[in-house]
Amino acid sequence: MDKQIIVQTKRLTKHFPVGGGQFTALRDINLTFSKGEFTGVVGPSGSGKTTLLNIIGSLDAPSEGSVTVLGKPVEALTHKQAADLRCRHLGFIFQTYNLLPVYTVYENVEFPLLLLDLSAKEREEAVLQAVESVGLMPKLKSRPAQLSGGECQRVAIARAMVKKPAIVLADEPTANLDAENSHHILQTMEKLNTKFQTTFIFSTHDDKVIQYLRRKITLEDGEVAEDQEAGIRDQEEEG
Amino acid sequence: MIRFLIKGLLRDRSRSLFPVMVVAIGVALTVLLQSWINGVMSDMIRSNANYSTGHIKLTTRAYAANEEQNPNDLALLDAGPLTDRLQKKYPGLHFVSRIRFGGLLDIPDEQGETREQAPVAGLGIDLLSPGSTEADRLNIRKSIIRGRMPEKPGEVLVSEDLARKLAVGPGRAATVLGSTMYGSMAMHNFTIVGTVRFGIAAMDRGAMVADLDDVRRMLDMEDTAAELLGYFDDGQYRDTAAVRIVAEVNAAVDNPTDEFAPVMRALRDQNDLAEYLDLAKNMTRIISGVFVVAMSIVLWNLGLIAGLRRYGEIGVRLAIGEQKGHIYCSMLLESVAVGLLGTLAGIAVGLIPAWYLQEYGVDIGAMMDNSSMMISSVMRAQITVQTFLIGFVPGLLSTVLGTALAGTGIYRRQTSQLFKELEV
Ligand SMILES: Nc1ncnc2c1ncn2[C@@H]1O[C@H](COP(=O)(O)OP(=O)(O)OP(=O)(O)O)[C@@H](O)[C@H]1O
Ligand SMILES: [Mg+2]
Repeated sequence: MDKQIIVQTKRLTKHFPVGGGQFTALRDINLTFSKGEFTGVVGPSGSGKTTLLNIIGSLDAPSEGSVTVLGKPVEALTHKQAADLRCRHLGFIFQTYNLLPVYTVYENVEFPLLLLDLSAKEREEAVLQAVESVGLMPKLKSRPAQLSGGECQRVAIARAMVKKPAIVLADEPTANLDAENSHHILQTMEKLNTKFQTTFIFSTHDDKVIQYLRRKITLEDGEVAEDQEAGIRDQEEEG
Repeated sequence: MIRFLIKGLLRDRSRSLFPVMVVAIGVALTVLLQSWINGVMSDMIRSNANYSTGHIKLTTRAYAANEEQNPNDLALLDAGPLTDRLQKKYPGLHFVSRIRFGGLLDIPDEQGETREQAPVAGLGIDLLSPGSTEADRLNIRKSIIRGRMPEKPGEVLVSEDLARKLAVGPGRAATVLGSTMYGSMAMHNFTIVGTVRFGIAAMDRGAMVADLDDVRRMLDMEDTAAELLGYFDDGQYRDTAAVRIVAEVNAAVDNPTDEFAPVMRALRDQNDLAEYLDLAKNMTRIISGVFVVAMSIVLWNLGLIAGLRRYGEIGVRLAIGEQKGHIYCSMLLESVAVGLLGTLAGIAVGLIPAWYLQEYGVDIGAMMDNSSMMISSVMRAQITVQTFLIGFVPGLLSTVLGTALAGTGIYRRQTSQLFKELEV
């Protein structure tokens, strides 16, 4: 596998205005993510995980330094360009699923495709494939309220994956799930990662997730405390 | 995408059904209120014009100053030529003479002695000349309770209430005692041929309607008119035109300080109607203004809650790369659809009671017993073109404005902040 660089942060710093002064949520972050990575960002609450993912996802801009996503400098993008980047190349998975309650599984997964120039037939194929890959074909017509938490998160994965993005950003995807569902979710993502070479970047403090990671970045007080390659499971698989 | 959004709108009742209902209720109330106030106000203006003020009224200056006392000694002389001149100058108006007088109605017994006496408010109008419009203007034919219209000189109508009080009916002879223009005693024998109820408390208490020529003869008022009333040909009072004509006529009077000099007044200058007219003119604006504000607040609150609920959707849509402007536009479009639907429903719902009130009205006669206001005791709504249009103002304005305001939240917040609100 070639080491094509997909995301690169250089001296990334993020301040938030708090009261009169400012709070530094990220300080001097230098990280490189390559195509096909399966990486977790871990660290205590408030260490800056969500902030980092938001900046990589072009939902937030860095205060200092630069972030390059797929060759584009995030700090220089207009709202329109950022939206376009997200629309074509990024997928998001949330802790709270955030499925649209009034739409069916099929419609929720189809949603991201409506912004792309695809024919109805192309959309249908992509949706069915994505739903199939998370094993939810029998629930195609269900509404989120009729699904379990694990199933909801699998729909969210299908939604993130349906347009075959280069990067999937997942902020604590298993925080609301029990052990069994967490494993199931991670295995699903792992499968998709291998199949499509999609780069996965998680934030988590869930030990069950950590054992799946092939790279673990530890944040502490907004700084990179540790950047470890190759998780245990990964080595087992290779061995 | 549009189809997708419509689907969502229809399925999410808190976004479609509830706002549509709120709008419909508000619009229905607006429609009802507008038609009601419109009905009451135009009735008030019409009653005043027909029974009392005309659209314009010419009297002497002194008469105008003491009008309530019916000072017929101050009447206009040479009423015939005066009417002809005005009629020629203002062909769009129709001029009529009237005389009001106070007197005593004396009902004799079989021996010719006084059996019963009561004060009457007499009204002399042109009842008998062919083509006279006065009977219609006062809606007399439809107001007759017993008997018939006067058909020849000497025949009069009295109000039904007075007739009951005096225990008389059609066919009864009666004598009216009054005073002539020159201050001497006047006495005239009439035959009561019918009783009337106008539905206006001020008229129904003790009115007597006689032919103008009879009254002139009785009061020694040949070729005079206490009041010369002008009516626009279509029966609608037009304030601006009336005021202009009044100014024109009054400017042409050569001896304006003489107390017998003629003076013209528009409807608005009489019976304190100016305020009413101004109010009537602004009422539509006032009503729609009030409802725009009230509904905007309700919808805004509703929108706020709906908006909070929708931050989830908005966050997701931003995450999948939809432009903020696109989201904002789609929300506005949604609000137009909701506003339009609610408005149409509201107009339909509001017109039902409005129509009922137009046809049947509400009888407030009991409350009006002592009133001297020229207003019908049955209050009715009046549906006009404006009734249909007025609903759109609060209906559309409040939804679109409410959404436009709530939607700015998309722009005010950082994208990541909108996003965080998902994660609660
Ligand atoms: N919009 C903001 N304004 C001010 N401070 C903020 C803002 N967003 C985040 N912070 C602060 O930045 C720090 C990092 O926040 P972040 O959400 O990235 O933490 P996290 O590692 O994701 O924590 P958790 O594990 O609890 O989700 C926190 O101390 C937080 O209070
Ligand atoms: Mg977080």
